[in-house]
Amino acid sequence: MAESDFAQLKERFDYLSERQSADHSAVNCPADRLVEFCSALRDDLGYDLLVDVTAVDWDAQSPRFTGIYHLLSTTKHEYLRIAADCADDINPSLPSLCEVFAAANWHERETYDLMGIHYDGHPDLRRILMWDEYPYHPLRKDFPLAGIEVPLPADDVAEATGATVLPAPMMGGPFVSSADGPMSQTEPSARDESWTEQKEKPTD
Amino acid sequence: MQNTNVAYDSKVEGEIIVTQADAVINWIRKHSVWPMPMGLACCAIELMAAGASRFDISRFGMEVMRFSPRQADCMIVSGTVTYKMAEVIRRIYEQMAEPKWVVAMGACASTGGMYRSYATLQGVDRIIPVDVYVSGCPPRPEALLDAMIKLQDKIGRERSVKNLTARNAKPAKAENLALAGAGKES
Repeated sequence: MAESDFAQLKERFDYLSERQSADHSAVNCPADRLVEFCSALRDDLGYDLLVDVTAVDWDAQSPRFTGIYHLLSTTKHEYLRIAADCADDINPSLPSLCEVFAAANWHERETYDLMGIHYDGHPDLRRILMWDEYPYHPLRKDFPLAGIEVPLPADDVAEATGATVLPAPMMGGPFVSSADGPMSQTEPSARDESWTEQKEKPTD
Repeated sequence: MQNTNVAYDSKVEGEIIVTQADAVINWIRKHSVWPMPMGLACCAIELMAAGASRFDISRFGMEVMRFSPRQADCMIVSGTVTYKMAEVIRRIYEQMAEPKWVVAMGACASTGGMYRSYATLQGVDRIIPVDVYVSGCPPRPEALLDAMIKLQDKIGRERSVKNLTARNAKPAKAENLALAGAGKES
C-alpha cells in the first residue's frame, strides 16, 4: 500500500492500524468495527470481491486467534488484507460478513470448522469439511496432524466394520513423493525413516 | 487356449462338453467383470485412461463401467478415502450384488498413502474387504490392467458353487468379514 492510501483510509477510519505485509496492503481492524469497515470498502472504495476468509492460530500468544480477510477491487486491481483479532482466546468469535459479502458464507463455515472461530450472525454456521459430530478443530496448533481417536461418523458402518477414526501412523512422515527417478521408486515415503511407531525417534 | 478343466473330444462326445460347475461359473464371471469406478482423486484420471482407447480395458472383458452399484460387481476404489467418504463407500459396497470384488487402486486407497492425517482413512481395507491392491501414486493404467488380470485369476480360482451354497444357507450378514485392516495396529 502506498503511504498515501493508508493515510486516506486512516483519515476516514481512525480505528485502523497498519499491518506489516510482504505483498499486499494490510490493515488491522478491531473486530467490532469489521462489518462497518467492510461495508464502506465495498460501497465506497471499490473493494467488491471477497477472495478469502481464513484465520491464524498464534498458539501461546494472546490474542490467540486472528481472522484474516482478503478483498480485491476488480476496478482498481488491488488487494487489501484485513486482520481482526479475536478478543476471547477460549471461545473466539468474530462478526459474520455474510450480510456484506455472500461469499463469506462458506469461507466462514470452513474457518469455523478447522479453526473453531464462531461467526456471530452467520445464517448457517455448520461444519463444511469434517462431519457434523466431529469434536475438534483440526487446524488449531494444539491438534496433532495424525489426528485423535473418535468414532466413525456412521454408527452402523462402525458397528459392521469395527473401524474408528484412528490417529494416522506418522512413522517419520509426513509422506512425500519425490519427483525424480523411475516411477517404481517414487512411491510416497517418509523423509526420515529412522523411527517408527514401534521404534523410538533417535535423539541427537 | 488350453483349458485343463475341460476334457472334450468332439468325436466321442458330440455336442456335449463335460466340465466342472466351478470352471464354467468362474469362466463366465471372470470374462464379464463389470467394474464400478469409485473415483475419488487423481487415480480416477488414470482409471479413465485405462478405459480409453490407448490402454483399452475392454481387451480383457471388463469395459462395462457402471456407475450404479446395483449393476456392477467390482468396485475400483481409485483415490484418497476420507473418513467422511468412508461411510458412503461402505454403503455403495453393500448395495452391490454378490459376488463382488474390490480393487484398491493406488497408495491412498491401499494404505492412506501420503495422507497421514486426521481426515484420511488409512486404507480402504478397514471398511471393505479388498481383493487386489495396486501400488503407485497414481498407478499407471498398465498397473491397473495388471491388477484386473490378477483379479480375473483370483476369480478363476474361486470355489464358486461352495460359496454359493454357503451363502444361501446363511443369507444375512454372511460376511461380517474378517476385514484385513479392521484391527490393524496403527
